[in-house]
Amino acid sequence: MSDLTRLTAAELAATIAAGDVSAVEVAQAHLDRIAAVDERVHAFLHVDTEGALAAARDVDTRRAAGEELGPLAGVPIAVKDVLATKGVPTTAASRILEGWRPPYDATIVERLRAAGTVMLGKTNMDEFAMGSSTEYSAYGATNNPWDLGRIPGGSGGGSAAAIAAYEAPLAIGTDTGGSIRQPGAVTGTVGAKPTYGGTSRYGLIAFSSSLDTPGPCARNVQDAALLHSVIAGHDPRDSTSIPQAVPDVVAAARLGANGDLTGVKVGLVSEFNGEGAEPGVMAAFRDAVEALTKLGAEVVEISCPHFQYALPAYYLIAPSEASSNLARFDGVRFGLRTGDDGKHSLEEVMSLTREAGFGPEVKRRIILGTYALSSGYYDAYYGQAQKVRTLITRDFTSAFEQVDVLVSPTTPFVAFPFGSRTSDPYQMYLADLFTIPTNLYGGPAISVPCGLSEGLPVGLQIMAPTMADDRMYRVAAALESTVGVLTPPAL
Amino acid sequence: MAAISREEVAHLARLSRLAVTEQELDVFAGQLDVILQSVARIGDVAATDIPPTSHSVPLTNVFRDDVVVPGLSQEGALSGAPDAEDGRFRVPRILDEEA
Repeated sequence: MSDLTRLTAAELAATIAAGDVSAVEVAQAHLDRIAAVDERVHAFLHVDTEGALAAARDVDTRRAAGEELGPLAGVPIAVKDVLATKGVPTTAASRILEGWRPPYDATIVERLRAAGTVMLGKTNMDEFAMGSSTEYSAYGATNNPWDLGRIPGGSGGGSAAAIAAYEAPLAIGTDTGGSIRQPGAVTGTVGAKPTYGGTSRYGLIAFSSSLDTPGPCARNVQDAALLHSVIAGHDPRDSTSIPQAVPDVVAAARLGANGDLTGVKVGLVSEFNGEGAEPGVMAAFRDAVEALTKLGAEVVEISCPHFQYALPAYYLIAPSEASSNLARFDGVRFGLRTGDDGKHSLEEVMSLTREAGFGPEVKRRIILGTYALSSGYYDAYYGQAQKVRTLITRDFTSAFEQVDVLVSPTTPFVAFPFGSRTSDPYQMYLADLFTIPTNLYGGPAISVPCGLSEGLPVGLQIMAPTMADDRMYRVAAALESTVGVLTPPAL
Repeated sequence: MAAISREEVAHLARLSRLAVTEQELDVFAGQLDVILQSVARIGDVAATDIPPTSHSVPLTNVFRDDVVVPGLSQEGALSGAPDAEDGRFRVPRILDEEA
């Protein structure tokens, strides 16, 4: 039998449905792979061996009873540790939540369980999803399977590395400023940020509520679309969830796989002309655009004059929302409590708890957000950033009157060595240069591998209009049909 | 000129309930200054008449039907608490003795 960990999610589901292999065997193969390589990769913060095998047994029992199973039944999956999983440790990679076992499931986790997917465990990330390298995890960084001395991207580096290292065929990430797409790009995998409001935030530990978007990570576009279709859709428990049917992303990926983009108009963002990006990344990107042209797409240049202000707007809006959201970590209802010795007041205990429980990047952003929201600075910073958000949205609206999708490199640089961007936090923020505009607008975007630079993966980003997630899957699948799937060196 | 002083950072840390150390203040003040200088160019955008966007989903007053559904049990809600007593969250004293 071929190595089960090398199969796609679609292939795994088909062979389980056909009875050629049991869901338990599939789960065990992936648990064995984790045991063999995760000491070096460190993609997982928690491996739920017992829970995974129980879920797999359940799928096998239901299949034996002749029950009709969903398109991902029995397929193993890794979940970013920022989503609440009932009874399974959930930390957001922070000391302040060490050992917390949520009393409920996030909506997305509930849907994954209902679909018969088999959750292997929880993946590493930058603390509270703030970062682009996993170096801000309180539990140590994840290593990129392409080069263990380099970052796997962030914040969802654990999810991307888990699938790149064949520890899981699928993973869930969350994207606030690029945390699904940038890890996808630097690990040679596919990562999609759905339309904001297209996937539920219920049970997602909030970082920046107006931007946070859960989405799929996979090794190929079809698998990402399958996972997208399982998790997406209206959730009455999330007041920002869009009460509309999600477009058929699976059919769109299948259509794109034919490799025909005749009639599709693709826009190149003039302002993303390579400034601040590595030449090797731009070269791979230009080759990929050339490939899209050969597939029949019409490529035109589009100016989005306010995109250059997206990064500053984001680094005012996201920390502002974070400073408010993270106020809930006060040592009262869950998580760490420090200094409760009868000598300190409640307020002192809160300050000592937060000081001990939060890492440096989280503290920086809380302080930055508190500053941007304080009277006297509010209009100049947070208020102005919200106005710029309107202008960026107008840039997108006007662009999509002229083209079907916009493309850019996903991230300006390939996976960088550990420690190279931690001393100056702003250097880390630049990793999100190309991904952030979409978050401010709310539309969907996907990163798909488009080649190598210096032997490391480069991703191409496809941005689409709000609730037109199907468009990006079509173009991504078409590009994949000519570029192919990237395979990292053996671990 | 620095965009933010060490004293301002200390004040913001107090407002944020973060008992930061002297050493952290030194580091954060410099780093936050770099970040603020970098994001300050947002002020270059002429946006006086532009309405702000707080959210990309144009939904207001989202209601659901008033149907009773099971919520967390008391035991479940208290399961992660650092300290609980008599079915409630226990916290350190809030008021001074003499108050």
